[in-house]
This record gives sequence, C-alpha cells and structure tokens, in this order.
Amino acid sequence: MVALSSAPTAEVPRLRVRSGVDLVAVSDVDNALTQFGQRYLDKLFTAHEIASCQGSAQTVAEGLAARFAAKEAAMKVLRPCDVAVDWRSVEVRRSPDGICTLEFSGEAARLAEEAGIVDVSVALSHEGDLATAFVVALCMPESAKPVASLAPVATEMGD
Amino acid sequence: MEQQIREILAAYGRLGVDVDALDVNTDLYLNGMTSHASVNVMIGLEEAFDIEFPSEMLRKANFASIGAIQAALSELVPNSLAG
Repeated sequence: MVALSSAPTAEVPRLRVRSGVDLVAVSDVDNALTQFGQRYLDKLFTAHEIASCQGSAQTVAEGLAARFAAKEAAMKVLRPCDVAVDWRSVEVRRSPDGICTLEFSGEAARLAEEAGIVDVSVALSHEGDLATAFVVALCMPESAKPVASLAPVATEMGD
Repeated sequence: MEQQIREILAAYGRLGVDVDALDVNTDLYLNGMTSHASVNVMIGLEEAFDIEFPSEMLRKANFASIGAIQAALSELVPNSLAG
C-alpha cells in the first residue's frame, strides 16, 4: 500500500491542472459534411486531421466529431474568453500506431503559454452517435510561468 | 438582414425554441445552440451573404445573439445597415 501525503515536498513542483471535456453528435458532423462539404472541413480541420479520418462516411464523421470535441475541450483548457481562436490552431495529431496527441499553434499556442501549460494530454472516444474528447493540461504555478515559448505535446489514447 | 439571420438560425442553429420569438439580444447558447451548431450557422451565413468571416472574428461572442451576428455581419456585408 502506498501512502499519499497531502504535504508537497520541495522537490515536487506544485503544478496546477486544467481539464476540459466535450461531446459531439456524430450525425451533426455527418449532416454538416453533407451540407457544406469542403468549406466545413477547411474551416475546422487541418490537412493532417482530414487525412487521419478516412474510410466509410460513418467512420469519417466519427473521427471528425471526436476531433471537434477535442478542439472544444482544449478551448475549455485554454479559456480564450473573448479572444478569437482558429479551430485549426488546435490540432489532433495521430501517429501510425493510433496514438493521438494535441498540438497548439497561433493564438492557441499563445494562450497555452500565457496559462503556463507545460504538458497536455488528449483522449478521444466514440460510440454510436456520440463522440467525446477529454483534455488535461499541467500548468506551472502562477509565480513560475515559463517565459520561453513551448510546444505543448502529449500522448494519449487513440480514437 | 435580421430575417435572413433568423432563417439561418432556424436551419442550422439547433435551437430548442422558436427562432422567430427570440429577442435580438437573447443568448443563443443559453437556448440550445452548441458550439458545433454555431459553426454551421457561421458557414450558413457565409454562404447566404457571400462573405467569409476572418479568423479574428471567430469569437464565440460574435454568434451569441441575433444582434451580435447582425453587428458582425455589418462589418462584412456592404450596405448591410440599410437591410
């Protein structure tokens, strides 16, 4: 049995945690693809994300719905308030073995740096007509936010 | 313009209320519009008005009410104030 101490030691940084979750109806994404086609894809998804979602219409819609959920979950972590953030500046990267990571660019990267995010993790899932994503970020303490730019990347489960 | 906005909201907004009964300042997100639905509304507006929302206008607040949408469109649609 491992005893957990509530008193952090000097060696353990007191990182803050931010989390975000979102749920998207796969049929909504499928309908949007039918109604708006490429314009819809170009607004929301990077070329890598589109390339990662291949197969039947249902499979494509499931993958894209999970990725949109990841973007929205990430927004809950980044907390942009009234700042405009391009959806494509939050990108789900999928490795050949199915591991998904989250990468920020542009305004999303700026917000991540402002929040002191040093690590971020994403998990995607879908079942039936629902797709979901969960994002967790570790942030430096307010008094110790990094001043250099960072490239928040972390691994998690594939979709 | 306001009537066109209402028609697009009715088509794509997935609101749980009668769009025609909404006040221009009513919060659409509080009346059922999801983030994904707001994207559909945005693209529907782009197609209806032959415009494109620049990335700096992709703020949630710009799609939060009929009035907010109208204000955003007024920056993009020529002579929109007359409509």
